[in-house]
Amino acid sequence: MLELSNIYKVFNPNTVNEKIALKNLSLTLNDGDFVTVIGGNGAGKSTMLNAIAGVWRVDAGSITIDGVDVTAMPEHRRAKFLGRVFQDPMMGTAAGMNIEENLALAARRGKSRGLGWGIRKAERAEYREKLAMLELGLENRMTTKVGLLSGGQRQALTLLMATLQRPKLLLWTSTPPPLTPRPPRKCFLSPIGSSTRTS
Amino acid sequence: MDISTLLNQMPGAVAQGLIWGIMAIGVYITYRVLDIADLTVDGTMATGGAVCVMLLINGYSMPVAIIGAVIAGMLAGMITGLLHTLLGIPPILAGILTQLSLYSVNLKILGSGNQTINTRKYDVLVSMGELKGVPFYQNPIFVTAIFVIVVICVLYWLFGTAMGSALRATGNNPNMSRAQGINTNTMKVFGLMLSNGIVALSGALLAQYDGQADVQKGRGAIVIGLAAVIIGEVLLSKLLRNFALRLCAVVVGGIIYYIVYQTVIWLGLDADLLKLLSAAVVAIFLGIPYLKRRFVRPSIKSIMAQEEDSTNA
Repeated sequence: MLELSNIYKVFNPNTVNEKIALKNLSLTLNDGDFVTVIGGNGAGKSTMLNAIAGVWRVDAGSITIDGVDVTAMPEHRRAKFLGRVFQDPMMGTAAGMNIEENLALAARRGKSRGLGWGIRKAERAEYREKLAMLELGLENRMTTKVGLLSGGQRQALTLLMATLQRPKLLLWTSTPPPLTPRPPRKCFLSPIGSSTRTS
Repeated sequence: MDISTLLNQMPGAVAQGLIWGIMAIGVYITYRVLDIADLTVDGTMATGGAVCVMLLINGYSMPVAIIGAVIAGMLAGMITGLLHTLLGIPPILAGILTQLSLYSVNLKILGSGNQTINTRKYDVLVSMGELKGVPFYQNPIFVTAIFVIVVICVLYWLFGTAMGSALRATGNNPNMSRAQGINTNTMKVFGLMLSNGIVALSGALLAQYDGQADVQKGRGAIVIGLAAVIIGEVLLSKLLRNFALRLCAVVVGGIIYYIVYQTVIWLGLDADLLKLLSAAVVAIFLGIPYLKRRFVRPSIKSIMAQEEDSTNA
């Protein structure tokens, strides 16, 4: 499913600030695996997830998702395999767009975005139903700008967006436990091939 | 100081405001939707006029001249976009570089700093000579208003599509957009092309209205565009939440800008000071929201009163 083989990531190589974040890291995950990565600050947890997500290219090694070598694939093209929940609750949503528009963006992850309507009527009903599962009352605020929601509400929405189109792999960087709001457990009802989570 | 002089100038102010309103819609796309302050527009405004006038002088038809101007503007926007996305140059600087280079390009297009066209011979769409004494459908205010409506309708449709949503998302949150599979670089280039195409359309109309294309025409255009955007937002944002109506507000902002402009000239303000005044107005309006957040505490007396009632009860 996911295969990291011998990947390296070095920040500021050949300078006094050189930092070897990932050193010859290999990892194989199978369908349905749920992995939690725990480590101290600066251990490289986020770096590993960013490597998988394609925020930048790894310096050496290869990454394969679902049999496809994505090592050289830019971030936006890898998106079709990945659902992502960011550490910063503000990062995963577009603040100036409303709830249904954010969901519609996520529903088209990895698909071509042409001149068809951005949201179709049938989608709205589906979104309303799924938002109701979060039990946050968001289903009645579909045209509210996401920027007006709280961090926790936005994070719940991000999780729904990440799973709206079943991802091959869910990458979730969690905030440290004392700062984490009550997680919206209901989201896990939708089965996911495999998920990786760091904390 | 005869009020009738001022009133006589109002139709001209409205016509110019409408033309600059189209330009301001272009600025809105970069400044508000893409969150990029694109300075290319100072050059594109003149480019649009130059291409349009030269095509007309060389015997091409009006639609060809206008489409040519729009394409030239889109190319300029593409250059800025590529400087930013391919070479990693900050967007403001990329815009400045394109703007500067356009000055040379515009001189070459025009062959000199200025080209006049005989507005009767070429049967232009809008002309300041036709503000009075022509049927309404030839009046520049009417013709420009049609252009404004068409531009707003097309943009309203475009921003409702999946592609338009991707463009808005790119301006909102590029990290999230990439995570959703949006090629943010493509979207930025596309947005800059769209914006500069619209600005060049405005430049083409303005050159026809003035009866000349001038290499100096676009100097400070970005400030006028921003002024229109901000005036429209400050005065009408509470009323107009819908995207199409917001674009209308921007155009209204352009008209108000030109009415004020004509009025201060009529009041006898030294014309040399007008650009200073425009910049000051934009600076003040841009600063107001920040200062308000910083220094004005909203009144919550009614909320506190409720709280007191419930404790007493």
